[in-house]
Amino acid sequence: MAALTPISRKPLSLVLPTVAAAGGLLGLFVGTANGSGFMGIVIGAALIAAMAFVFITILKNEQVSKWISIVLFAAGGFFFAGIPAMILGLVFGWLFHWFIYWLYEGRYRAKVLPYLTPGQVLWHYGFRVICGAIFVFLITPILVVMPLSFNSQDFFTFTPEMLQFKAEGYSLKHYKDFFSNNEWQRSFKNSLLIAPIATIISVSLGTLAAIGLSQSHVPGRRAIMAIMISPMIVPLIISATGMFFFYSDIGNWLEGTLGLPKNFVGYVKVILAHSVLGIPFVIITVTATLVGFDQSLTRAAANMGADPVRTFFKIQMPLILPGVISGGLFAFITSFDEVVVVLFVGSASQKTLPWQMFTGLREQISPTILAVATILVGISICLLATVELLRRRSERLRGMSPT
Amino acid sequence: MKLSTLTALAVTTALVAPAAIAEEMTIVSWGGAYTKSQKNAYHDPYSEKSGITIINDDSSAEAVAKLRAMNEAGNVTWDVVDVVAADAIRLCDEGLAMEINPDEHLAPAPDGTSAADDFGDLIVSDCFIPQIVYSTTFGYRTDLVGDTPPTSVCAVFDTEAYPGKRSLEKRSINNMEWALLCDGVAKEDVYDVLETEEGQNQALAKLDTIKDDVIWWSAGADTPQLLADGEVVMGSTYNGRLFSVIEEQNQPVAMLWDAQVFDLDGWIIPAGLSDERKQRALDYIYFATDTQRLADQAKWISYGPARASSAPLVGQHADLGIDMAPHMPTDPNNAKNTFLYNYEFWADYRDDIEAKFQAWLAK
Repeated sequence: MAALTPISRKPLSLVLPTVAAAGGLLGLFVGTANGSGFMGIVIGAALIAAMAFVFITILKNEQVSKWISIVLFAAGGFFFAGIPAMILGLVFGWLFHWFIYWLYEGRYRAKVLPYLTPGQVLWHYGFRVICGAIFVFLITPILVVMPLSFNSQDFFTFTPEMLQFKAEGYSLKHYKDFFSNNEWQRSFKNSLLIAPIATIISVSLGTLAAIGLSQSHVPGRRAIMAIMISPMIVPLIISATGMFFFYSDIGNWLEGTLGLPKNFVGYVKVILAHSVLGIPFVIITVTATLVGFDQSLTRAAANMGADPVRTFFKIQMPLILPGVISGGLFAFITSFDEVVVVLFVGSASQKTLPWQMFTGLREQISPTILAVATILVGISICLLATVELLRRRSERLRGMSPT
Repeated sequence: MKLSTLTALAVTTALVAPAAIAEEMTIVSWGGAYTKSQKNAYHDPYSEKSGITIINDDSSAEAVAKLRAMNEAGNVTWDVVDVVAADAIRLCDEGLAMEINPDEHLAPAPDGTSAADDFGDLIVSDCFIPQIVYSTTFGYRTDLVGDTPPTSVCAVFDTEAYPGKRSLEKRSINNMEWALLCDGVAKEDVYDVLETEEGQNQALAKLDTIKDDVIWWSAGADTPQLLADGEVVMGSTYNGRLFSVIEEQNQPVAMLWDAQVFDLDGWIIPAGLSDERKQRALDYIYFATDTQRLADQAKWISYGPARASSAPLVGQHADLGIDMAPHMPTDPNNAKNTFLYNYEFWADYRDDIEAKFQAWLAK
C-alpha cells in the first residue's frame, strides 16, 4: 500500500496552526524553565508559524530551509542553556523542519490507505502518538535515575556540571558506597537470602495447590482458590498488620519453647511471610498453564505403571514448567521488592534491600539509592533475558518455533 | 521439590547460625549522618571493647507506634532507642520505657560531678537519657536572596523581600511559634497567646499569608535536598542537616540562626527486656553517654553534647578539620536569639492544635 496514495500540497490554513501548536508545546517547556510558561507558548507558536511561513512561501527550497532550521534552533538552545541545549536544538531543528514539510507536502498521506477520511488519518497518527507517550511515561522515570546515580554530589540534582557533560560532574562514589557500606551490603545479602528461599517455598506449595485445585473432584475448589489468592487482593498493609501479630506469637514460641536463636527465627518469619505473598502468583500462572494440560496424559502414564510422583516429575512437570517458572519469577520479584511486610514482621537484622532504600529515602536522600536502583534494573534485565533465552532454547530443542 | 525445600532450610540454617552465635544488639536511631556519627563515636568503640555486634535500625521516626505494637505482641526486638524528648516523655508515661537512675546507671563526669548534675535540667523525664541538644532552624540559598541576606526569622514570612518557595515542617510545632513571633507577639508571651483560640487563629492567619509559597516537608532530608536543588529560597530543618549541606556538600547555603528552637534527643531503654538484654543495654548506655563519648559525637555532626562537662572537649570535625564549636546551636554567636521548645505546653495542647493545623493545611 506504500506510496500508492497520491500526495498533494496542503493549504497554509492547515499547516500553520498545526506547526504553531507543536511550537507552542515546545515553547511551554522552554518557557516554564525560564520563568513563564504562557509566554513560552505564545513565543514558541509564533516563531514556528513564522518559520513555516517563510520556508513555504519565500524560500521554497527544502534543503536550504533544513539547514536554516537546524542552525536557528541550535543557536537558540546555546543561548538558553549552553552546549547540551545546543545538541537538543540540533535535534529539534531537524524535527521541526521535517514536521513542517511532512505536513505541507502532504507526506503524511503517503503511507496510509487512499480512501481514509481526514479523521481516520488523524486517528492513525494520534494513536501512534498516544502509544509513544505511554512508552515514554513508563520508561522515563527509570531512565532518569541512571544518569543521576553517577552524580558527584549527594543530592538528587542534575548539577550544571552534569548538564555540561563535564567529567567532574560525574563519579562512581555512590556505587562505591553501595559496595563498601555495611548497611547496604547486609541488606543486599539479606535480600539474596530471603527472596530465593521464599520463592522455592511458594513455588513448591503453589504448584501443588494449583494441581490439586485443577482436579475436578476437589470439593469447594473455588472457595479454596479464593482464600489462597487473597493475600494478593487484601491491601498489603492489612495483611502485614495481621502477619505481625501472627508471626510474633509463632516467633515467641520458636524462641521460648524450642530455644531457637532469635536471629534465625527472624529469618524464618520473614521467609514464611514472603512465601505467603508469593503463593498466589504461582497458583494463578500454574493454573493457567494447567488449563491447556491434557489430563489423559497422566492417566496414560498411570496405565503404563508410573506412580503419581513419577508421573508428576516425568509428565506433568515438564509440560507446565513455563507456568511454574514465570510464577516463580513473580514470587521472587514480590519478595525482592517487598517493603511493607518486612517492615512489620522483620527486625533490623532481617533488613532487606527495599527496607534500606525506604529508610534511605526518608532519612537521607542519598544517590546511593539511585545507584542501587540502577544495579537492580540491570539485574532484572539480565534475569528476564536469561529466562527468555532459556525458554527459546527449550522450545527449539522441543522442535517448536520460538514466538 | 521437597528435597529442595529441605536443602533450602539447611542452607538457611548454615548461613544464619554463625551470625546468631555472636552477641547482637539492635540500636534504633534516625539514620543518615546522625546514625553515622553515633556509629563512629559510640557503636564502633563499644563493639571493639565488648565484642557485641550492633545492628542499626533507622526507625526512630515511628518509634512510639512500633514500641506499642511490639509490646502488645510481647516481642520487643529493640535494645536501645534514640528518640526526641517529647517521645521519651510519652513512652515513659505509657510504661513502654524503663526508668533510669542517673547516678546509678550513668557515668559521672571526669571531675566527679554526678551524672544528674552534669546533665542538669536536660533530664526531662525519668526514662530519658539526654544525648544531644539540636535545634530546628532555617537555612537559605545565598545566591537567591540578593544583596540583603535575611537576618531574622520573619524573612520567612516576607515574600516581597524574599520571593520564592520556602519549606516548613508539615506539623504545627515550631511553625505556630514562629508565626506568632513574626506577627508581633513578644517571645515570652508566645505560649500564653497560643493557649487561646484567638491566638491559634492568629498564628494560622499569619501562616495563611505564605501558604501558597510553602513546600511542606516531613523528613529531615527534604529541606537539604530542596535547598540543593534551588527549589526553595529558605527552609527549616535540623541544624546538623544544614551543617552537612553547607560544610560537607559545599552548597551555596547559609544558616539563619535567628529564633532557632532548641530540642533534646536522647536514649531510652524499652521496658520489658530480659535481664540479660537489659544489662547489656545499660552497659552500652553507661559507655555511650560518658563525657568523652558525647564530645566525640560532635566530631561528625554539629549537635551540642548534652553534658555540661563535654562542651570544653568538643574539637574539630573528623574529616574536614574545622572547629566544630562555632557550628553548635549552643555557641554564643548562634544562640543570640533562641526559643526554647515548651514540652509541657505541647504535651497538653498538641493533639488539639495539630488537628487544627492539619485541617488548615487541607483547606
